[in-house]
Amino acid sequence: MGLLPKKDAKLITDPLLDNNPITIQVLGICSALAITAELKASIVMAVAVMAVLAIGNVVISLLRNVIPSKIRIIVQLVVVAALVIVVDLILKAFAYELSKTLSVFVGLIITNCIIMGRFEAFALANTPWRSFLDGIGNAAGYGLILIIVGFFRELLGSGTLFGIPVLGDPIEKTGVYAFGYENNGFMLLAPMALITLGIIIWVQRSRNESLIED
Amino acid sequence: MEKRTDKNSYTILFAIVMVLIVGIILAYSASALKPKIDENKRLEKQQNILYAMGINQNDEKSVAFIPTNKVADEFSKYIKKQIIIQGDKVTEDDKAYLIDLKKEEAKAKNASYQRRLPLFIGEKDGKTFYIIPMRGKGLWDAIWGYISLDKNLIVQGVYFDHKGETPGLGANIKQRFFMDDFAGEHIVDGTTFKGIAISKSNADPKNEDKLDFEVDAIAGATITGNGLAAMIKKDLGMYMPYLKTIKN
Repeated sequence: MGLLPKKDAKLITDPLLDNNPITIQVLGICSALAITAELKASIVMAVAVMAVLAIGNVVISLLRNVIPSKIRIIVQLVVVAALVIVVDLILKAFAYELSKTLSVFVGLIITNCIIMGRFEAFALANTPWRSFLDGIGNAAGYGLILIIVGFFRELLGSGTLFGIPVLGDPIEKTGVYAFGYENNGFMLLAPMALITLGIIIWVQRSRNESLIED
Repeated sequence: MEKRTDKNSYTILFAIVMVLIVGIILAYSASALKPKIDENKRLEKQQNILYAMGINQNDEKSVAFIPTNKVADEFSKYIKKQIIIQGDKVTEDDKAYLIDLKKEEAKAKNASYQRRLPLFIGEKDGKTFYIIPMRGKGLWDAIWGYISLDKNLIVQGVYFDHKGETPGLGANIKQRFFMDDFAGEHIVDGTTFKGIAISKSNADPKNEDKLDFEVDAIAGATITGNGLAAMIKKDLGMYMPYLKTIKN
């Protein structure tokens, strides 16, 4: 990337693959299972997490020298909870439709371990600008996995993408359904999200063996 | 030497200041934005009620309400009468749609309290609609909705919404493919109130049988569906004594 110095660019590109928050750091699994039955929900969640993580990282980084280490986890929790609630209130007042779409995600963001994980592992020890990039990078890596899982779950589970049927009509038996194909309702349940995620981790580690731990 | 930020006195001071600042910010934004948020909720109720009686801007697939800047006019144009049913007493009240069903339900736990049941009577193209608000429990949190009936107690339209059902699964109760199935369904068999069940085994995915008191369930959303059927059964049931008087 020409826009950023190499060291800073790595903050964005690393979490996309070799240090992916979900598949390598194992952070944010719960929400990856909960909301990936649909591609649209995956993208909304990815964007919401990106906003909160980037801003939260900057706030924590600015406060890093004054936060007492004994209560730092509590301080992090308060910062992210306050941030999310204020944003939610503002959306409810000025963008009511959007806030309705996001409503269920708000609680999921506050409890998302990726947020606390990055505050603790990165923002407490780095400058605001680098923390901001780290937030964007990790949220992008998280979003990427969400979108991949969401894509397969929606396609195989409902035969749609973004709610638009792409495989034909399962009731009228058109498209691939004419050949006896059926939607796999199991894909819509949480266990299949875990299995899909497992397959992604498998593919990733078999392509890059340095990621395999003993 | 101990770092300044490790001292107990500093830690306590920091905690106090932080709580004060965050508390003030949250309290201020909540109270400053409340009127605006309440107004949004009020308009949304009007949009939902109109939606249930078929006044919306739907295209082929998606849900589209009357825009918020027009909804107040449309609401007063189409909703001819709002009534509150309290036991045998029926009173007219043009603020009936603002009744909070959650609070009514809580009050009704006290046996001496006679629950107030709001009902909205709309008219479109010479046809009368009776619109009933409902509130129940989904998988994670509250679900609610509006159902409109004609004078023969056949469902004309519904609108459902939820607070926190799973996106892609239970959250789909507010999608057209689910809500549209309710139109035309019967809720009474002769004089017995049946409600509408959300069925996984009705073998009628196109929903052609309107007399089976069932619509097709959503895959992966069993508990939300059961909650929805229970909500229809319970809340619509409370209106049956009144609704039977309108049925000819």
